[in-house]
Order: sequence, then structure tokens, then C-alpha cells
Amino acid sequence: MTDLTELGVAQIRDGVKAGDFTAVEVAEAFNANVAAAQEALNAFIVATPEKALEAAQATDAKRAKGEDLGKMGGVPIGMKDLFATFDVQTTAASHILEGFKPQYESTVSQNLWNAGAGMLGKLNLDQFAMGSSNETSYFGNVISPWRKQGSNAQLAPGGSSGGSSAAVAARLAPAATGTDTGGSIRQPAAFTGTTGIKPTYGRCSRWGVVAFASSLDQAGPMAKDTRDCAIMLEAMAGFDPKDATSLDLPVPNWEELLSADLSGKTVGIPREYRMDGMDAEIVALWDQGVAWLKDAGAKVIDISLPHTKYALPTYYIIAPAEASSNLARYDGVRYGLRDLPEGANLQDMYAATRAAGFGEEVKRRILIGTYVLSAGFYDAYYTQAQKVRTLISQDFQKAFEECDVILAPTTPTPAFALGENVDDPLSMYLNDVFSVPASLAGLPAMSVPAGLSKDGLPLGLQIIGKSFDEQGVLNAGLALEARAQFTAKPEKWW
Amino acid sequence: MSTYRIQGATGEWEVVIGLEVHAQVSSQAKLFSGAATEFGAEPNTQVALIDAAMPGMLPVPNKECIRQAVRTGMAINAQINKYSRFDRKNYFYADLPQGYQISQLYHPIVGEGELVIEADEKAGIPEDKVIGIERIHVEQDAGKLMHDQHPTMSYVDLNRVGVALMEIVSRPDMTSPAEAGAYLSKLRTILRYVGSCDGNMDQGSMRADVNVSVRKPGEELGTRTETKNVNSVRFVMQAIEHEAMRQVDVLEAGGKIVQETRLFDPNTGSTRSMRSKEDAHDYRYFPDPDLLPLILEDDFLEDCRNSLPELPDAKKARYETELGLSAYNAQVLTADVDTARWFERLLAETAKASGKAPAEVSKQAANWLISELFGALNKLGTSLEESPVTPEKGGDLLALIAKGTISGSAAKQVLEIMLDTGDEAEAIVEREGLKQESDTGAIEAEIDKVLAANADKVEQYKGGKVALFGFFVGQTMKAMKGKGNPQVVNEILKAKLG
Repeated sequence: MTDLTELGVAQIRDGVKAGDFTAVEVAEAFNANVAAAQEALNAFIVATPEKALEAAQATDAKRAKGEDLGKMGGVPIGMKDLFATFDVQTTAASHILEGFKPQYESTVSQNLWNAGAGMLGKLNLDQFAMGSSNETSYFGNVISPWRKQGSNAQLAPGGSSGGSSAAVAARLAPAATGTDTGGSIRQPAAFTGTTGIKPTYGRCSRWGVVAFASSLDQAGPMAKDTRDCAIMLEAMAGFDPKDATSLDLPVPNWEELLSADLSGKTVGIPREYRMDGMDAEIVALWDQGVAWLKDAGAKVIDISLPHTKYALPTYYIIAPAEASSNLARYDGVRYGLRDLPEGANLQDMYAATRAAGFGEEVKRRILIGTYVLSAGFYDAYYTQAQKVRTLISQDFQKAFEECDVILAPTTPTPAFALGENVDDPLSMYLNDVFSVPASLAGLPAMSVPAGLSKDGLPLGLQIIGKSFDEQGVLNAGLALEARAQFTAKPEKWW
Repeated sequence: MSTYRIQGATGEWEVVIGLEVHAQVSSQAKLFSGAATEFGAEPNTQVALIDAAMPGMLPVPNKECIRQAVRTGMAINAQINKYSRFDRKNYFYADLPQGYQISQLYHPIVGEGELVIEADEKAGIPEDKVIGIERIHVEQDAGKLMHDQHPTMSYVDLNRVGVALMEIVSRPDMTSPAEAGAYLSKLRTILRYVGSCDGNMDQGSMRADVNVSVRKPGEELGTRTETKNVNSVRFVMQAIEHEAMRQVDVLEAGGKIVQETRLFDPNTGSTRSMRSKEDAHDYRYFPDPDLLPLILEDDFLEDCRNSLPELPDAKKARYETELGLSAYNAQVLTADVDTARWFERLLAETAKASGKAPAEVSKQAANWLISELFGALNKLGTSLEESPVTPEKGGDLLALIAKGTISGSAAKQVLEIMLDTGDEAEAIVEREGLKQESDTGAIEAEIDKVLAANADKVEQYKGGKVALFGFFVGQTMKAMKGKGNPQVVNEILKAKLG
């Protein structure tokens, strides 16, 4: 019998439906992988094998009755621990929320359960989704299943959706939810040879997702390939009246409309992304991507996104500003951690609770955000950053007058070793240089595994599309995927 | 111009006053959540997940609250901003679960408007005065801390968290406590007409932050202080009086006024310092990224405008021109929306019951309501709202007078019995035999008897002693046991005596 954990979303869905195997068999197989890998990879903060089984049993029962199994019927998934899950600990990987069990379910996770998916567990992440290596989690680092050839050094799975990327890459889950604020789906996907798409801002409801930077946060799927992402995104997306920024648009049939034929499409190559001193391997991969898309029928042109170099500084003003406000609610008064020293007054309680509850990176961003919003600095930083954000959006709008999608690398380097950048926040932030502009503009963007570095580590290519045009992004991703034939997977050492 | 001045040791001082009024929007649900807003509920029973700022919860604007703010803006002839936006005002306090209040600093929903306070000689307001209103914005209320539940801990009640408030900011156009009081009363009147706030100041539905400064006439504006959360018209006037005097004392003693936030103590009528500008929070306002800008469509604005009732100034003018009421009566009847509504029902009922046009019975109705019913209710210690005499019953009573069925003095008697028993006017008149005789034949017969019995006096009258007319009236009324309609008696007597 095939190893069920080698299967992706579409294969599981179709196999369960066809009766090739039962949903319970699938859930059990993945539950076993989750348990076996926990100590080595630390991808999950909480495993919920019983939830996965419960959903699988429901799917099998439906099938027995001949009922519709849903878009994700029989597919167990990992849930990033940024999504509130009813009565299951939800922490955002922070001590300050340790033990917090929401009495509500996020819209996106509910949509997935409604579509027949089951939950394998809550996935580890960078604390409050702040990080690019999954080294800021209170619950420990996630270890990438990948290793450099000839080395046992622990590598970063990327971040912040590092638990999600590691779990999919290591076959602990066929797919997982991610969230992307400045690259938190695409960068970990690139680091682990998995596929992830951040849809247009507003496609997936933010209701019940622990907020990092509200104007940027967007949920999306992480899976083995483009088709699986299309299926899962259909299940996750949709208008939600509980989120005032939710897009009131129907969810397209992305899977059904998938096509790797790019005839008549134009792909833009942004010259500003070709930076001095760029990793030669990355440049070569990018060129290869151009060739593949041409082969798929697309016309390729050079485009200019002149404000690209301001994207990173802009992001590191806006995101911390919003975070500093969003995280004010963790004050020890109503839920989560409370540190109340003997004789403490309210201010003391705030200080003690937040000092003990937040990690270093979270504190750093709260401080930056508080600073840039302060009287006397607001205009110089926040107002200016908002203006630049508008210019960055306009860059894309102009570019999309000439092209349908944009091709770029996802990250400037392959996965780095854990600890390599941990004392140097700036070089850590640089990891987001290619992913942040699309986040600032709210555009759909995807990372597709496209090759291996000389050390045998995965490299990703990024497709950025027009607002609402996830289909264009997925189709270009499919075209790359068909030509890249990326079949590499981490050798099992855990 | 107000003539209000403070007499200091160094001469006269003028007072400059601006008010920021927080008015709770009348709505079933909160500004961004579906939780109820009822006053006086058990602590923490009206709290939605977002009110408690649970992780991942998001605000969604309540259209009704927006509608009420727009209607209020229209009622003060204000600029309505079709584009407005919500901002976060960040600060930590246990009554503020989100750690920020959602408000509108940069782009409020309502811009420049105004209202008129009426002349009131006695209060030192010689003529009508226009008070400018700078803006109205909507924002969330905070919760309430309770310090008396535990020896070392404070409790927090989140029921009020997220309740919609309108902050109505006046221009510093008021120059006396009386003007500020009149402004607050007029604003309350308008809000209650519009129905956007119930105006219950004792329940905290309306409270004012009072900005006061003093200056020598003609000089530059002085430094102001802000006295927070004053919750009655009387207290606002007291706070201004005290604060202005205090500032004059400080300045005349060679001191400086510190820009600061102060608290009003209703027990002493004085203000005391809460925090100075140096200790002021840096609120780090920025646009709330959870909310899109609020864009008001023309249809929505049209609906808001069409839903506005007749407003107090227009109503007062109409009472004077169409109903012929005195300025004073018109003012009294329009000062509160409930009184005006009561009066209009009374007027309609009176007109219907008497078969006359409203304008024909309006003065009678106004006078009766103001001088008879108000007085009687006052004596009973009850209000118009709880009056045992409804507008319908009052209209029946007034129609009896209008039709000449009873006399004015009998009507007083009937009203007393109505208030006592709640019975219908007509039944009382029957029971008590208060009906007056208006039948000309019957009256004529009585008059003929009186004139025949007093032929000598008739002669004297005709000889020029016209003062005897009253005697004939008296005799006729006496013969009719006081039930003759005096008007008819007069008319017939006049005709007979030539």
C-alpha cells in the first residue's frame, strides 16, 4: 500500500471519495508522523490527533451515506497557532497567551472544518508571527527537515509560518494554514520546497486570527503543489461580515480554472529586484524561471518598480506601528498571563506581565512601533511610510498596465542555519526584501519550489499578481511547477 | 454680548468657555459590536468578544450609530463629511480592554455647525446668540472600575466598553456660565428631538468636558483648563464659576494658569487638578487598520435628512406664526420634545373633539397645559409623562370649554377630579352637574324674568347708568344657579337692553 503521508490534498480528497482508502486511515497515518517527528522538529505546539480522527470519521460517515464530502473532505491539516480554535490552546507562540483556550473559532479555520478538513494540531510559528526563522517562538525553534549536503547543522524552516512549512515538507501534514504579513507564507515555503500563496488582502477573513499588523495580515494555504493550494484557498476564502476589511466578492473556482498555458500572458521582470551582490544561484534560478514561462507561452518584458528599495523600511515602520497597538490588549487583566508582584499597582502589573510574557523580538517591534507613532515622530515616520506605501502600490498598478504577473525570487538566499542571523535583526529583516512589496500593496503572491542550491537546499520563485487575480498567479505557478519538476524532499533523519 | 464679568482686585475679567459634550448614541447595540447597551445591567453581562478585546476580534461599524451621528449633524446645520475615518487613541487602562479607544481624530464624520441659544434677560443673555460647533465625531466609551468590591483589588465592569458616543465640540463662543448652561440645555433639547441621545445626564448619557479661560476684556485668550466629566447643567455652571474665579485669583496673585485637566467635585462645587500637560498621555493616534474609511452615500444622507423631525427652533417659530402662541408659551412648549409631542396630541384631540381648527383652540390648549396642568402636576409631584390626564382626556375637557358646555371655572374643578380619579371629563361634568346652560331660549326666558322683576333698574340703565349691566348678569346667573353660559348671557342681555 502507498504511504498515505506522501499524498497531497487533491490525492487524498479524490482517494477518499473514490474509496481507495478511508479518511480515518489518512488521519491515523499523519497523526503517527506528527507524533514521531515532534521531538526532532518541534513543528507543533499542540497536537490534536483526536480532532483529526473525529473529522475523518465524519467524512467516512458522510461517504457511507453518499453525501457530499466537501472541498477538503478527508484531508487533515496543520493549523498555524495564530488562528483561534475553539477550546484548543491558541498562543501565537507567546508565553503571554500560554494556556489560552478561545471560546470561538476563527472564520478561516471554521471554513476549513466546514469543507471537511480535520485538525492535526496547532503549528509552531514565530512569536506573534514576528520573525523569518521561527526562532522567536516561546515554545522553541522549529527545525527544518532539510539539511545541507554533508552537514547536520540545524536549518531554519523560515518564518513566521515555520511550523507550517516544516510540517508539509516533512510529511507531517499534506497542507497547513499560514499567514503572511511581509512574507511569512512565501519565505518559509521557499526554504522548505513547499508551495504557498498569500491571496489578495481581504480574501481570507482575519476574524479570529491573532493580529500582528492588521493592514498587512493575510491568511493563505501552504501545501505540496499549486493545485493543492488552489483547493485549500477556495475552502479558506470568502466574504466575512465580521471583518470590515473582508472582500465582498465570490470565491472563484480556482482549481477548476487552473491552466499552465500562458499564451497571451505577459510576465514582468522587475529590474529593481536584481540587486548588487545577489546570490548567483538565485540569479540563475530566476533566469531559468524566465525561460520556463516563455516556454509556457508567455511574453516576458522588463518592468520597473522604482520604489522597491523603500519597501523594507516602509514595512518596518507600518507593521511595528500596528503591532504596538494590536498587542496592547495583552495586559494581564482579562486572559492569558498575569504577573502580579506583591504589592503591585496596575502599572506594575502591566510592566511585569508584558516583560515576562513577550519575547525579545516582540518587544523590539512594540518599541519601534511605539516610537514611530509618538508625538513629534509620527509625521516623519508613519505618515511618510503611508505615502511611500501608496507609491509602492502605484508602482505595481503601472507595471500591471503592461504585464499580467511578475516573476521574482522569493528570497535572496536559501535557508540559513538556526542562530546565524539571530543577533543581527537587520540581516534577518533583509530576508523579506522580495516578499514585502507585494504585502504592502495587498497583492496576491505565491512561492513555488523551483530548484536546489549547490548545497541541496530548496529555492523558490515568486509570482506576484494583480489584485483579485489569484487565478493568474496560480496558473503561472502551475506553469513553473510543470517545468521545474521539483521532486526533491528532505531525507528523513528525524 | 454677555455682560458677565468677574470683578477682580485689578478690574474686570471676561470668561471664555468651550464645551466638549459626550453624548451616548441611542442604539440597541454598541458602536462596533452587537452587545446590548441597556443602562444598569448586571456587571459584565453586556460584553461581546470584541468588547473584552479577545485575540483576533475585529470591529464592524454599527450603521445605526453612524446614522444617528449624521442626523445629529444635520440638526445643527453642520457640514456632513462623506469621507471620515476611525483612528486609534492608544493608552493603557484597565477599563480599556483593547488598549486603545477607537475614535475619529483626523477625519470626523461631522464638521462645522451651530446652534442658537435663546435670549434670557434674567440670566444675562440679552439676545439670541449663535454658538459655533466645531465638529462631532463618534467614538467608543470605556468600561468602569469598581474600587469598593475588594480590600486590595479593583473590579472592572465592561458593560459600557464600546458603547457609541458622539463627542460634540463647541467653539469657545460662550462667555458666561448662563450661556454655557443654555448651550448644554439647547443641545440636549436637539439631541432628544432627533432621538440620537436620550439626554439622561444622571445616567451618564450626556456629560461635558468644560474648557475655561479668563482674560482682561480685549486681550488675548488666556491659558485654559479642562474640567472633565461634569454631568449636569447646574454643575457645568458651577464648575465654570468656580474655575473662572480660581483663575482670576491665581492671575491676580501674580501666578500663571497651567494647562491641565481638572476634576469637578459636586459636593463642594469646586474643581481640583487631575493631571498637567506634562503628564498628559501621548495617545499615538493613527488610522485604525481594522476599519476602512467611512464613505457616506447620497441615498443614505437623503434617508437621514428625511428622517429628521421638526426641530425645536422651527417648531417654536411655527407655534408663534401658525398657532398664534406667545413667544414665551412657544418656548415653554418646545423646550423638550416630550412636552411638544404631548401638546401636539392635546391640540389635535381638542380640535377633533370640538370640531374646530387647531389654530382656533391652540391658545386655549397652550394656556391650559402651561398654567393648569403643569401647575397641577407640579403639586402632585408627577411629570407630564406620568400624568393621569392623557392628551385625549385633556382634549375632551378643552372641547367642553370650547363648545361652551362648561365654564372655565368649572373646568378647573373637572381637572382636579380627573387627576384624582382618572375619569373622563364628560362623565364628571354629568355627575357633578357642572354643565352650563347655553340654550339661548332658556337663557332668554330667565333674562326676561330678571328684567321684568327689575323694571326700575332697567329704566335707570337706559337712563345712562350702564354700570348696572353687571347687576343684570349677576341676577341672571344667580337665577340659573351659575350654570348660564356667561358669553350667551352677555350677548342676550346686551340685545335686550339695547
